[in-house]
Amino acid sequence: MSRRVGEKDISGCAISGIFNRKGLRFSGEAIIKSIALMRERSNGLGGGFAAYGIYPQHSDAYACHIFYDHLKAREDVEHFFNKHFCITLAEEIPTRKLKAIGRPPLIWRYFIQADRQRLERSNLTEDEYVVQCVMRINAQYKGAFIASCGKNMGVFKGVAYPEEIGEFFRLEDYQAYLWTAHGRFPTNTPGWWGGAHPFTLLDWSIVHNGEISSYGANKRFLEMYGYQCSLMTDTEVITYLFDLLVRKKKLPMNLVVKALAAPLWSEIEQMEEKEAGQFKAIRAIYGSALLNGPFSIILGHRNGFLALNDRIKLRPLVVAEEQDVIYVASEESAIREVCPQPARLYFPRGGEAVIGELEGRSQ
Amino acid sequence: MVEIDAQGIHYRDLNQRVRRLIGQGKREFNLINVNGQRYIGDGLASSVRMEINGTPGNDLAAFASGVEITVHGNVQDGVANTLNDGKLIVHGHAGDILGYGMRGGQVYIKGKVGYRVGIHMKGYREQEPVIIIGGTAGDFLGEYMAGGKIILLGLNRIRDEALVGNHLAVGMHGGVIYLRGEVEPNKLGREVRPEKLGQDDWDDLERLLADYCREFDFSLKEIISADFWKLIPVSSRPYGKIYAY
Repeated sequence: MSRRVGEKDISGCAISGIFNRKGLRFSGEAIIKSIALMRERSNGLGGGFAAYGIYPQHSDAYACHIFYDHLKAREDVEHFFNKHFCITLAEEIPTRKLKAIGRPPLIWRYFIQADRQRLERSNLTEDEYVVQCVMRINAQYKGAFIASCGKNMGVFKGVAYPEEIGEFFRLEDYQAYLWTAHGRFPTNTPGWWGGAHPFTLLDWSIVHNGEISSYGANKRFLEMYGYQCSLMTDTEVITYLFDLLVRKKKLPMNLVVKALAAPLWSEIEQMEEKEAGQFKAIRAIYGSALLNGPFSIILGHRNGFLALNDRIKLRPLVVAEEQDVIYVASEESAIREVCPQPARLYFPRGGEAVIGELEGRSQ
Repeated sequence: MVEIDAQGIHYRDLNQRVRRLIGQGKREFNLINVNGQRYIGDGLASSVRMEINGTPGNDLAAFASGVEITVHGNVQDGVANTLNDGKLIVHGHAGDILGYGMRGGQVYIKGKVGYRVGIHMKGYREQEPVIIIGGTAGDFLGEYMAGGKIILLGLNRIRDEALVGNHLAVGMHGGVIYLRGEVEPNKLGREVRPEKLGQDDWDDLERLLADYCREFDFSLKEIISADFWKLIPVSSRPYGKIYAY
């Protein structure tokens, strides 16, 4: 993908998420309405959505959403795919012609599974095999960018306001049990199609408002485990940290949260000895995974979502519940736009994770 | 009273319409179906009264001077930023950074407030900004406060819900915070100390709370029957030496 440099500007960013914990699926119209209400938080240099449950007919295959700058890039990636994967289906992702979307890339999706022989020889799990292939393409294949590669999920993003991106990708035609959305106001990094949120790996996706001041430390830590941070954005490291700590290190989500948004030392001092010991250990072992700086994020995954603020809550986050649906957004009005009178509405504290899980499933 | 249906109207159009009507001599407004529109009431200097039904967007009543706003619903972030004079009554909760740099007027919140409320508040002679919070408050309440008054009541708390978050009144060097209940010493900034109330404090508190209770139909007697503490700065010019030499 070509890296386009946008203006540096003061920041806003908007995030929103809607999740049905019973797994019932609904179209993308509500999430578009919700994120569109916060238009003033974005500046048209990035918008995107993650949708979970959209490809039930291909749920065993990894769904790869790919942007190409030119046909040559497509040929190169397809050549690589043919070698490493078995492709069930390859097709262009349907889009609408829109004035607001200037010169979109070629946008394709592939449903793929690892080539059995190569997978066996690699001695890797299939997830890890996919991760390594995706990292290789994003870092080395000029003009190609894999936007998402999870099972039964997909990311739709680009350079425009989020509601325009939603219209462009015809999100009203998709049914998902979890939708997350982002309106971008790029501050430190360029606005380009790959640089729009969500950022993904396998079925992890992150939408993020804020900035990660600890990016350098996090990046070096992740590189030790083979992750390549090639997207020119701080948000990327959050996605990889969840992948590392949950998928590879098998830490439970509540501890991962305490590594990424660790309690301040002054707070640890106030804890009971046993609890303090646990938190000290986490800070000692995973100190380089600590996310410093202002953020509110929504992590999407196949079993649900997690929403989190930085420890001193430098970015907004509101949560509401109505029957089986949980709403999360940067602003209360973005929730009320699609759910006027929720049964419960609350404001999580800094560092307090909000976890939504599909009934009967846990990470 | 002019009724304006804000359903689906962009904030710019809504606020321009209000200003145009004020220019035509209108003084009372009832905004209905408000949801997310920013900057409502901002910079209004005249004696305008406004009822807002719904959830107004960020920066409500910022830089205003004299406007009286009643909100039937919650308010979001950055409300009453640098408010100079006037009154804001919220029949709900408020988000973060309420009353930032406020230097006059009254802000009454029936429910809870978020993080960084009343930071950088200041007062001078007859300019006495007041924030009264019916529920609980998040971290950094009254941070760098230089003047004015914050009253935190903590009514209707459930179970072990804390009255206030951490880093309370950090860097405070003017004004006073009244707390209905005790606060753990480790939550306090180093620049303040808690004290029991004197008779002057009680008089002041009763005067301020009488108006607050009238607005929300609360029992003043019941509210002031509890134990109150006040936080005042230890030093009035903590940074005087740093910048003077």
